[in-house]
Amino acid sequence: MNPSPGTGAKCQLLFTVNGEARKVLAHPMERLLDVLRNDLALSGTKEGCGEGECGSCSVLLDGMLVNSCLVPVAQATGASIVTIEGMSAHALMIPLQEAFLACGGAQCGICTPGMILAAAHLLEKTPEPAPADIREGLAGNLCRCTGYQQIFEAVAMAARRKVRK
Amino acid sequence: MRERHIVGASVPRKEGWDKVTGAARYVDDMVLPGMLYGATVRSNIARGKIGKICFDPSIAWNQFVLVTAKDIPGKNCISLILDDQPCLAAETVNHPEEPILLLAHADCRMLRKAVDAVSIEYEPLPPVHTMEESERQSTIIWGTDNAFKSYLIEKGDVDTVWKEAAHIVEGEYFTGAQEQLYIENNGVIAAFDPENGVTVWGSLQCPYYVHKALMALCGLPEDKIRVVQMETGGAFGGKEEYPSMIAGHAALLSIKSRRPVKIVYDRMEDMVATTKRHPSRTCHRTAVSKDGKILGGEIEFTIDGGAYATLSSVVLSRGTIHAGGPYYWPSVRIRAKAVATNTPPHGAFRGFGAPQSLFAMERHMDLIAQVVGISPVEVRRRNFLKPGQTTTTEQTIREDLDLDHLLDRALELSDYAAKKARFAEENRNGMRKKGMGIAAFLHGAGFTGSGERYLNSLVGVEAEADGGVRVLVSSAEFGQGTNTVLCQIAAEALELPYEDVAIARPDTTVVPNSGPTVASRTAMVVGTLVQSAAKGIKQTLMKTGLLGDDYTPEQFRASCGEFIRTHGALKSYARYEAPGDVYWDDEKYRGEAYAAFAWAVYVAEVSVDLTTYAVTVDDFVALQEVGKVLHPVLAEGQITGGVAQAIGFALYEKVVWQNGRMINNQMTNYIMPSSADLPPIRVFFEQLGNVHGAHGAKGIGELPMDGPAPAIVNAVEDAIGVRFRSIPLLPEDLFEALQPVPPKQQGPSSTRGTT
Repeated sequence: MNPSPGTGAKCQLLFTVNGEARKVLAHPMERLLDVLRNDLALSGTKEGCGEGECGSCSVLLDGMLVNSCLVPVAQATGASIVTIEGMSAHALMIPLQEAFLACGGAQCGICTPGMILAAAHLLEKTPEPAPADIREGLAGNLCRCTGYQQIFEAVAMAARRKVRK
Repeated sequence: MRERHIVGASVPRKEGWDKVTGAARYVDDMVLPGMLYGATVRSNIARGKIGKICFDPSIAWNQFVLVTAKDIPGKNCISLILDDQPCLAAETVNHPEEPILLLAHADCRMLRKAVDAVSIEYEPLPPVHTMEESERQSTIIWGTDNAFKSYLIEKGDVDTVWKEAAHIVEGEYFTGAQEQLYIENNGVIAAFDPENGVTVWGSLQCPYYVHKALMALCGLPEDKIRVVQMETGGAFGGKEEYPSMIAGHAALLSIKSRRPVKIVYDRMEDMVATTKRHPSRTCHRTAVSKDGKILGGEIEFTIDGGAYATLSSVVLSRGTIHAGGPYYWPSVRIRAKAVATNTPPHGAFRGFGAPQSLFAMERHMDLIAQVVGISPVEVRRRNFLKPGQTTTTEQTIREDLDLDHLLDRALELSDYAAKKARFAEENRNGMRKKGMGIAAFLHGAGFTGSGERYLNSLVGVEAEADGGVRVLVSSAEFGQGTNTVLCQIAAEALELPYEDVAIARPDTTVVPNSGPTVASRTAMVVGTLVQSAAKGIKQTLMKTGLLGDDYTPEQFRASCGEFIRTHGALKSYARYEAPGDVYWDDEKYRGEAYAAFAWAVYVAEVSVDLTTYAVTVDDFVALQEVGKVLHPVLAEGQITGGVAQAIGFALYEKVVWQNGRMINNQMTNYIMPSSADLPPIRVFFEQLGNVHGAHGAKGIGELPMDGPAPAIVNAVEDAIGVRFRSIPLLPEDLFEALQPVPPKQQGPSSTRGTT
């Protein structure tokens, strides 16, 4: 049961999602997460806690890693949003996905889209992260399955592969 | 013939690509045409009679579908073991957050207000909130004595050992509730139509548990209930029994509305209303010889089951059988009891009773060491089970068990001796004290005692005309690697590439009942059946002359095509057969409790900061013997993940109760470890012998939950010399314990020397 954004008037909002201009009719206080999942059928972004603790709903908003459950959709007006579905175009995506598979970085998979976005965001800022950078860079994304270690290994592997190329 | 083995190799996770691209479909990602959204109105008192239900007229109730207990077509219960838990409370409520009324609406945003607009009057009854109150029986809230189940294990004559004892060591230990905290909340979609009955798609571990529960609830025959497991975002036991409840609710709303109904909990509802790990209390009284050998002892193990029986009897069973740890008890008496309280029922959670009783055992071993005046290492060495000896249930150890070797390896890998000496020196100064702690333990794989015989699991393997092979099991993937490992086993048995074998999505109309996905049984029990069903396919093709002894994958494919053209479907089934020599007495709780045990020795290195009172785990060595490791990467992931959850159990995760209700039901105030909170978890596997299971694999999933908590608390005691006996151990507990006046709650256990 998601929090009710009220029954006030909807408004038309424009933003870019995964490189495409999108127009939605939504309540301004509706969560970006719900607009992505329900209105734009981008279900790769997951809800874990609904209060910005777990990071499962992470997306990139104008290049910043945000919890889409905490972003009222009105705030995204004019922004460029990237979700896991839009990451296929990203240069880091294949190395990250392959590394997550090889290292066991995805178990149940529910945190994985957010985790991969957080990892991509980290590697963009810090292409050659030290273990402590990885630990810190992913500290906003909770995983209950892995104990994180294999996720760290995956990010380190992706960084090595990316740097070599 | 292939030379490289698939079993033992870290092949890619079957559903891995979908997971890393965001394409994997979880239940909340599914939308059906005309679908309604359901919500649950729950009790806000712990115990009482339900009075008038009032609906605030500000809501357009005619737009909602409403369901109460009166709408239930079948039996108002969640059919599991005792059928005592109603699906919807009708006359009385027995815990806070008990479901009473269901609502559904086409717009999910209308639900919250509507739930809040229902007010229920109660005639309160006195609630029971602690195990002690429940045991006093001054208020009876369940059955005639508040006890869901009790067990008694008696081995030897424990009453005669006390007089020979050099020391009698007594200790009392407590563990708290723990939330499974899978990141995907509980959720289902149900769709009913009169012709096909009820179909449920859900996030769940045990499709046939839900199937059974829905048959009883809906009053429908077997073939009118279909349960499909969607990709499941973590479970850890938390989706073992609860999905029957939420599936029942969605089914009732769908039956009434004739439309598909989705119920997905938000985090707060999931945490406040669904099952958690049973809180426990364990009392040890142990007779010990002068040189630190256990002569015998009494163990009382009590768990808080919450308001209904659910799985408490089986959780209790596992906790009881594991209570003696990996040690030889010449005599022992174990009394165990699961008692009722007016909280939401506690349920399955990785480890299933064993983490509770093993916490007590492994803390108690350190206490015995102190009383006797030997080291924690030595006390374990002197009492370890050896081949030929018997466990507390008198199960003879037949495998090549060498716990001394496991202990030696773990000490070496953790640099135990050198670090312990160094810390003793360094701890003289400064505000940061360091310590080392050990835990040795075991975990039985598969259902307890006669459980696997009752389950009578059936597994299928099917070949298609193009030679593709599908494994048919009800065993669910929820991160642990079921899909991958079972496909590896089938591919190996059929001598096919891993890519040629797939696994069917668990759907009760497609897969046979291979039992629930619990109890560390999938690789060992179901895996063995997959192996034999796969071999059946090969034998069929060979017997019909379509396949020779030595074949290529191409020849295999061609022969499948030919078989199917000539004879029709090519399927092979294998059913569980109990090994002939297994003896188990359900009455006396004696005999072969498990087909196999996994064994482990874990070592924790901790720091205690005397300024902040925080405990940090700095290094963690997890060494285990789990038989053959079928997939090294997945196996390591099971251990690191389990250790992480257990570190949470030990140091972070506290469920705060108020009148039987969890009041910190948010990720903001119930703290699980983040990537910044965990030490390097160093995982090592040793294989001592070859027993049981496909390729000699034993269960692995639950084992890592058992050892970390006692190892960590033992290490804290090593660091600061304070004897803690409860977890979770939070900074405020350390603060309190380290105040000049010794607090009552965490006082030392009593010990008595008799010489």
